[in-house]
Amino acid sequence: MIPASFDYVRPQSLEDALAQLREHGEDARVLAGGHSLLPVMKARLADPGVLIDVAGLEDLSGISESEGSEGGVRIGAMTTHAEIEASSLVRGKCYSLVEAAGAIGDVQVRNRGTLGGSLAHADPAADYPAVVLAAGAEITVVGADGERVIGADDFFTGAYETALRAGEIITSVRIRASAVRGSSAYLKAAQQASGFAVCGVAARLALDGNGVVASIRVGVTGVAATAYRATSVENALMGSAPSAESIRKAAAGAGEGVDALDDFYAGADFRRHLAGVYTARAIGKAWIRATGK
Amino acid sequence: MAQAPKFIGAPIKRRDDPRLIQGLAHYVDDFNPHGTLHMAMVRSPYGKANIRSVDVSKAAAAEGVVAVYTHEETKGIGPVPVGGLVPDAKVPEQPILADKQTLFAGEPVVAVIAETRYGARDAADLVDIDYEPLDAVVDLAAAMESGSPKVHDAYESNEAFKWGIAGGDVEAGMKEADVIVKEKITNARVAPLALEPRGVLAHYLPGEDKMTIWTSTQVPHKVRTLVALQIGMPENRMRVIAPEVGGGFGSKLNIYREEALAAFVSRELGVPIKWVESRSENFMTTIHGRGQVGDVEMGLKNDGTITAFRYNVLADCGAYYQLLTVAIFTLTGLMLPGPYKIENIEMNATGVFTNKVATDAYRGAGRPEATYILERMMDIAAIELGMDPVEIRRKNFPDKSEFPFNTSAGLSYDSGDYHQALDLALEAADYSGMRAQQEEARKDGRYLGIGFSTYVEICGMGPSAALGGQGWESARVRVEPTGKATVFSGASPHGQGQQTSFAQIVADGLGIDVNDVTVIHGDTDVVPYGVGTFGSRGTVVGGSAVVYARDKVRAKMAKFAAMEFEADENDIEFEDGKVFVRSAPEKSAGFAEVAMMAYSAIALPEDTDPGLEETHFFEPSNFTFPFGTHIVLAEVDPETGDVEILRYVAVDDVGNMINPLLVHGQIHGGIAQGLGQALEEEMIYGEGGQPLNASFMHYALPKASRLPRFELLHTTTPTDVNPLGAKGVGEAGTIGSTPAVVNAVLDALSPFGITHIDMPLRPERLWRAIAEKRA
Ligand SMILES: Cc1cc2nc3c(=O)[nH]c(=O)nc-3n(C[C@H](O)[C@H](O)[C@H](O)COP(=O)(O)OP(=O)(O)OC[C@H]3O[C@@H](n4cnc5c(N)ncnc54)[C@H](O)[C@@H]3O)c2cc1C
Repeated sequence: MIPASFDYVRPQSLEDALAQLREHGEDARVLAGGHSLLPVMKARLADPGVLIDVAGLEDLSGISESEGSEGGVRIGAMTTHAEIEASSLVRGKCYSLVEAAGAIGDVQVRNRGTLGGSLAHADPAADYPAVVLAAGAEITVVGADGERVIGADDFFTGAYETALRAGEIITSVRIRASAVRGSSAYLKAAQQASGFAVCGVAARLALDGNGVVASIRVGVTGVAATAYRATSVENALMGSAPSAESIRKAAAGAGEGVDALDDFYAGADFRRHLAGVYTARAIGKAWIRATGK
Repeated sequence: MAQAPKFIGAPIKRRDDPRLIQGLAHYVDDFNPHGTLHMAMVRSPYGKANIRSVDVSKAAAAEGVVAVYTHEETKGIGPVPVGGLVPDAKVPEQPILADKQTLFAGEPVVAVIAETRYGARDAADLVDIDYEPLDAVVDLAAAMESGSPKVHDAYESNEAFKWGIAGGDVEAGMKEADVIVKEKITNARVAPLALEPRGVLAHYLPGEDKMTIWTSTQVPHKVRTLVALQIGMPENRMRVIAPEVGGGFGSKLNIYREEALAAFVSRELGVPIKWVESRSENFMTTIHGRGQVGDVEMGLKNDGTITAFRYNVLADCGAYYQLLTVAIFTLTGLMLPGPYKIENIEMNATGVFTNKVATDAYRGAGRPEATYILERMMDIAAIELGMDPVEIRRKNFPDKSEFPFNTSAGLSYDSGDYHQALDLALEAADYSGMRAQQEEARKDGRYLGIGFSTYVEICGMGPSAALGGQGWESARVRVEPTGKATVFSGASPHGQGQQTSFAQIVADGLGIDVNDVTVIHGDTDVVPYGVGTFGSRGTVVGGSAVVYARDKVRAKMAKFAAMEFEADENDIEFEDGKVFVRSAPEKSAGFAEVAMMAYSAIALPEDTDPGLEETHFFEPSNFTFPFGTHIVLAEVDPETGDVEILRYVAVDDVGNMINPLLVHGQIHGGIAQGLGQALEEEMIYGEGGQPLNASFMHYALPKASRLPRFELLHTTTPTDVNPLGAKGVGEAGTIGSTPAVVNAVLDALSPFGITHIDMPLRPERLWRAIAEKRA
């Protein structure tokens, strides 16, 4: 498991990193935690000539309360899974992100892998995509043409494909805080070997004063080539006062009609089935959390 | 020894652990003699392919590349050694590098030798091989159909061998039966996956005409003898060193292509050659275990008495044999009756060539398969007869008064009390409480299951004649002039902990402190010719050799002491670092003083030579047969197919325990591996013969978080086969656990009317089985 040789550069600023990316073009790759990129290189499925290590760039680091009225949280792209898992700020704003971070791989992976790297890599079985979809997160990226913000719904375009353009770097992710009577949850069926999601579901909802669902978003990962929102489930529950039974009935639709992945570990029908089961459980958990507040 | 043992039986911590934990141990890859060149293998990506051409010119011209070897340049090396064959087995020659065809994905075709490991790996990519992919043989049943593609063009079919064992009269037994239960049962192919992959460093010194091979092996002397024959070198000019070995589980009880190749190349080039296996290579080219698909049939009386047991099985050999490929399947036959009185048994095995790496010994090696099918059938029969799984087992146990117990498979079980082990396990588990808990849970829509495995296994391999040779083990014990003792063992432990337990054995016998004993193994220039560590023989056979060698040294020391004290040598006692006269304890000298007498040799007892160094080759009179009961409480989530192990109670009777900590360590690891096979592990091949899950990202090993707390208990039924009364414990956990886990899961699913699902019990399989029954 030895990668082909490559050059390694460590830019001192975001501008410098962008310039390096421009200079090397197709031959260059951003290096974050390296926990998706290096395995691919070791298997010689990719052989970039230059790795541009973005560790330590101020613009990509830190967890802070985001500006604006919603009282959300801004998480730098280079924030590791372990940092997210341990952040009380993130926990308060978006419980499911903390759960997802804690459910990634093992300790070593969580200590190295980053939020930005995971989103950019867009592995169909990665955990975060479900959460950022459910949270309606906003992903800030910079490139030669400056900064732009991509909504989670528009970010994942296919297996290992995103709305990122060549030469763009993710700098941060913004997530609005849960409503007062709202919460979220993330649950996954992990592939026993890799720990990646065979099915991972994030649900985020808010209730009004009468216990009626005022907003709900459900993100599903691992099931299809791209993480998706289970809109039929959302629609079925929106505007109703949920019960365990109604959640279960609605959730059954989470996998319906989905062009699901199919491999030796889990066939397409099993994944679609799991989507229903985990959607029910994730919504149920978020609901209990929301009412328990 | 007269006094009570001080160290034998004590839970002394493993000496190896501090260096292992601190990263201070030395594995093959940690040795880097000056001028070492690195070898990288170019391997076929196909299950089966013709090699149309091989062009190494670009690789040979690459920077830092010193040499490139193909079949042509390595023809002089003998084929990979095989043994343990049955009559009329077809024996294909396994070349060092493939010639016209490759027969499994991972088979090496070219070896690149370069100055750096990176350079060798890069140059390997420059080798241009033109393959013509051919139809591969993957499925066992399909392989035996006429018209199936063949693994070996030279043979008429894919049948590798036929072997059977029969005791009593199965036909008559089936006729006698009130019920006959049948099931098709698979023991999937699994990968041993030692944490340290294989590795070899061969260093030929032209001036001395001497070869040293460091290799990650369980059998250094076998490597020496067989590689010497393969490359045509006198074995007394070869030294094989097994340094720290990071696990073997049987996979390193083999001579692999790279060992002879590295030695051959080192001799040609006159420089050290190193090759260290990557994990991908480990998955594809190190042997696999199990690989049996069989039809099982069991006849019983209405009261649960077994009247006959039959196993017709297809045995997956792979494309070539490794050292003991065929022999492993015969072990299944020998243990077919398990712990039960089954007078009529029969196994008919057909060995099948497939386009895969060879199967061979993997922890348990043939016995887990036997135990698994038998224990599954016991549960299936219990359901059929409406009996409790405990009662049907009890019904068929031999009583302790019947030992030594002769089985219909032709073995003589040394000693046992199966009822006692079962009773203890039931009590520890609170069986009736467990059943009540299961009842309660079912009311809440939860699916709990209780699984049993009452097993017996065969250890202490074994009498030489029964093994087809080399069942003994050697040891030399030397008391140094300063009174320290050194053990040189022919066994080659690789994680089992004999550096500690052998020291315990010697310390007690010589009445010295355990820390004054050092244990050396794994170096053919240093230790007496030995057989190795496998088949739960390290302590049972190797430790017994230590006992006898120790006693010889002790007897000699007693002579020196007797001379000094003018006493009878039979009246000399060894205790607490002192040597004294039993009947006159004031006549006493320090242990070291007596040792020095033997080396100074100023005065010698009659008929006695100087020095204190004795060797013993121990030949066991029989195998040993540890046994026990494992009970598992598991819960299945019927919506997701997830299995959780709630409790694990194991009673293992391994005879006398030299060191209970080591015993527990072996049982922990064994249970983990057996549970892995039950729930997660399986090598999966695509139609073309490529493994689909040859990485840790795809092939699941049970993680620590998956494992329950192990509740371990013991009964102790010593054996009289060896002076330690020990039975061996290396494989017991693996053998006992797999059926207990599977039986628990199936018990949980019994409300659905499900009686059997093949391993591994991955979530999807359980979900599908439930969905089918619900539909
Ligand atoms: C054993 C193991 C188990 C794992 N288990 C899981 C799991 O259970 N769930 C899960 O979700 N993931 C899992 N992962 C993947 C892990 O989370 C990775 O860390 C993550 O997917 C990638 O993050 P990284 O920082 O390591 O990115 P890298 O590997 O450094 O980069 C990944 C890709 O993203 C690009 N990139 C990185 N940062 C940026 C950026 N700021 N802007 C633009 N492009 C960027 C890189 O160029 C590269 O193409 C596992 C990984 C391993 C090795």
